[in-house]
Amino acid sequence: MKKLVARRLALGLLTLWLVSLVVFAALLALPGDAATAILGKEATPDRLAALREQLHLNDSVISQYLHWIGGVVTGSFGTSAATQQPVSDVLSARVANSTFLVLVASAVAIPLSIGLGVWTAMRRDRAVDHSVSTVTLVLAALPEFVIGIGLVLVFATSVFHWFPAVSILPPGEKAWQEPKAVVLPAATLILAVTPYISRIMRGSMIEVLESEYVTMARLKGLPERTVIWRHAVPNAIVPAIQVTALQLAWMAGGVVAVEFVFSYPGIGAALIDAVDNRDMPVVMTVTMLAAGLYVVLNLLADLGTIMVTPKLRTAGR
Amino acid sequence: MTETVDTAVDLGLEGALEGPLPEAAVLQRRPWLGILRNALRLTRTRIGLAIVAVIVAIAVFGPLVAPHSPTEFVGIPNSGSSSKAIFGADALGRDVWSRFLHGGLTVLWLSVAATALGVVVGVCIGLVAAYSRNWLDDVLMRGNDVILAFPQIVLVLLAVSALGPKLWLIVLMVGITHAPRVARVMRGAAQEVVERDFVKAAEAVGEKRGRIVFGEVLPNVTTPLLVELGLRMTYSIGLVAAISFLGFGLQPPTADWGLMINENRLSITVQPWAVLLPILAIGLLTVGTNLVTDGIARAAIGIDRGKS
Repeated sequence: MKKLVARRLALGLLTLWLVSLVVFAALLALPGDAATAILGKEATPDRLAALREQLHLNDSVISQYLHWIGGVVTGSFGTSAATQQPVSDVLSARVANSTFLVLVASAVAIPLSIGLGVWTAMRRDRAVDHSVSTVTLVLAALPEFVIGIGLVLVFATSVFHWFPAVSILPPGEKAWQEPKAVVLPAATLILAVTPYISRIMRGSMIEVLESEYVTMARLKGLPERTVIWRHAVPNAIVPAIQVTALQLAWMAGGVVAVEFVFSYPGIGAALIDAVDNRDMPVVMTVTMLAAGLYVVLNLLADLGTIMVTPKLRTAGR
Repeated sequence: MTETVDTAVDLGLEGALEGPLPEAAVLQRRPWLGILRNALRLTRTRIGLAIVAVIVAIAVFGPLVAPHSPTEFVGIPNSGSSSKAIFGADALGRDVWSRFLHGGLTVLWLSVAATALGVVVGVCIGLVAAYSRNWLDDVLMRGNDVILAFPQIVLVLLAVSALGPKLWLIVLMVGITHAPRVARVMRGAAQEVVERDFVKAAEAVGEKRGRIVFGEVLPNVTTPLLVELGLRMTYSIGLVAAISFLGFGLQPPTADWGLMINENRLSITVQPWAVLLPILAIGLLTVGTNLVTDGIARAAIGIDRGKS
């Protein structure tokens, strides 16, 4: 097992390093260079030269990369080209807001979709199963911003007026101080990820329910609740762990359009502003964070799978 | 890093396309034709096709029947329905209905192009990786992991921030983000095919590698390929529409569904039509393509069961 875990960790680090090369390549792809991108074409040669010096643009590409990646590793992500503040100052409050949004969404979506999967698996091919599968098929197809604007039309502007259509917070206020502003963005994310987790849970649950040990447990006369929750679900949940990790990582990208729909002050909305302003240090930091989250979540899902799978857990002992 | 996620998972048809194809299906000369024929018998495929046909017709013929030019001012900004503009005027006073009719074509062709690019590249990578069975396989799959680590929209935005909002760049980047996802599915499907006797036989008579991969292996993985094609089309539409909704696709004053939503979302309370029409069109289109994909996937399972 130790060998397996070490291999996964090494692969994760390798992937992170390659990811950082891709992100850094965006800087090299800039037409002109970062200094002209920031100051525009009308900038005086003196100012350009000064900024190039400040951004280390006269160094070799390799030492520029080392400088940047060294900053990323130590948590100093450079200076925002748009605001001239450190990137970490620009993003810290937004990272907190986005994390809160994603946590709220997952806290609802994971139990909801696992439960929905188990419930529909137990009612396989009945009317409720078919209706749930149609709804999830539709939700899985809809782009998240379409779901978000649909929710705005129904619950904020045109039918009911229960929630605010935009989640703009007063300056200095954190998202958890305005729970009403979080409801619709979180609901959008929940509706976007639930179909995937519930469908995989349903499929794996159906497989487990047909297995011999479930039949055996029933023959022993165990109450149905024990059969389902003690014998079937723990075995059916393994594939769901991987998909759940993927969906959580997906949210790092999903929040981009959702936060834009609701003007929610998170990292996704920050990314869009930064792309608009060609604020490369901020864009690169957000991209690095999103990709890093994927690698870490995948690693955790792999470790989780190893933990709950006896065959893998005892391998190499 | 995870090896478990594939098309079937995405569609929720987990387990459906796993396991070896029955020999009978392999022996059919064009198994995908039979699957398409069976898919057409399913109600969901027909509903899906009808929806897609309506939206495509609006996008293609809309500009021909639009009563006004998409940039012509027809009334007071955000005014309601009038004799000149049946769905009212948008945030700048242009005809909502005409802009809607003009705005669908770009989304369509961008997503078709991105899907084609992503599927072609992905199929090549996946089949070559599965056939090579050596270091090349490892290298290609590690490369896949790198692209997979980026949320699709984030990688597109990274490129847009460096090179600016250009349509070719959106096609290229959406295609690139699809490729590893397609490659992983195709590799999984082909891994079992490359062990078959007819591949060994082709190797024995000294067939060229390219001919073995695309002449012998590819025809035996058309079922997952069809499903993947439909799935990637659905996601392409969503991504392309999202990018133009965020303001990084077509630039004003062009009429485009995503851009329309962006331009009118702040006046959604007084003029909901300017948001509702494009939202409905994009939503219906993705639901339509997903219904067709689901129909194809179900037909594929049906054939497998019938022959085994």
